[in-house]
Amino acid sequence: MFEIIAELSRWAIPVLLLVVPLIAALRGVKVYETFVDGAEEGFSTAVKTIPYLVAMLVAISIFRASGAMEVLVALMSPFLDTVGLPAEVLPHAIMRPLSGGAALGIASDIIKTYGPDSFLGRLVSTMQGSCDTTFYVLTLYFGSVGIKKYRYSIITGLVADLTTLTASVFIASALF
Amino acid sequence: MVNFVWLGMIVFGIFVAAVNGNIEVVTKAALDGADNAVKISISLIAIITFWLGIMKLTEEAGLVRALAWIMRPVMNFIFPGVPKNHPAMGAMIMNLSANILGLGNAATPMGLIAMRELQKLNRGHDTASDAMCTFLALNTSCITLIPTTIIGIRLLYGSTDPTEIVGPTIMATAVSMTVALVTDRLLRLVYSRKGR
Repeated sequence: MFEIIAELSRWAIPVLLLVVPLIAALRGVKVYETFVDGAEEGFSTAVKTIPYLVAMLVAISIFRASGAMEVLVALMSPFLDTVGLPAEVLPHAIMRPLSGGAALGIASDIIKTYGPDSFLGRLVSTMQGSCDTTFYVLTLYFGSVGIKKYRYSIITGLVADLTTLTASVFIASALF
Repeated sequence: MVNFVWLGMIVFGIFVAAVNGNIEVVTKAALDGADNAVKISISLIAIITFWLGIMKLTEEAGLVRALAWIMRPVMNFIFPGVPKNHPAMGAMIMNLSANILGLGNAATPMGLIAMRELQKLNRGHDTASDAMCTFLALNTSCITLIPTTIIGIRLLYGSTDPTEIVGPTIMATAVSMTVALVTDRLLRLVYSRKGR
């Protein structure tokens, strides 16, 4: 099953790049001109995200570098102990929605220290695989179209992250 | 909410740094963060330009509409505010498919295209629309079939079965996707009552 999915993801883009221009050409679309036409806005879209990403990444960077995360971990660990989350993976849980790179670093460290096939290794792998960098995605996506008021998006994102965390712990405990 | 989180991270960070006696890290961290942000945006220029070109072709070939048409029962239910067969639907489907397959490089530009299409339908100029909130809820929680990066790391550290976490990941994301969609619907009701 996994091999099939992995093959599918390997082939998806090459097939797309073959099929789309072919079908477009068959339908009488001037493929080269159309591509350039569409691509024109690439630069402005990317550049538009700069102020939003700068704002968010500056805050996250200060939060990380100051040691505030360790304080937050210490504050939250009694509460998270009761739901069965091992203290070792808590930094990962806090970093995951904020910074993909930092979370991956923590996950690699746990896997290196405890082994990939230990319970902690499997748990943190599941957590890394199933969560997204919510703050980054929100900032980037909203930023690209100039949205400043996110309404309830952050709450939904955090609820989803918390659910993924709880589900990962529950599923990993049940399976491994 | 975003104001609160943003301010909270900065104030709490600076406070902790001051108490720990290493206030000097704050300035460097702030500038590093800004530097990193610009680097990310710049590195996005290439993939966004490339995928915008491909997406335009996909659209002109009628494939985006076809995709929206095939998926319309599900999409109309999830996004009641977006007109049937609107290009936004097709772009969102392509973004979510790329996410599910773990194709991060393609997923982001497609997501940004979807946002652009959704923005055309948005009446509030700088305020997120209902559809945008739902799309992002789905995007950040969506089912992942192949967590490529972490499988690589497990392999690197000598796992006997690097892909054994695929099943748990699919289960965990399925749960969180469901919860995200329900939360989104509930919050939409709450916020529309507030008239925001």
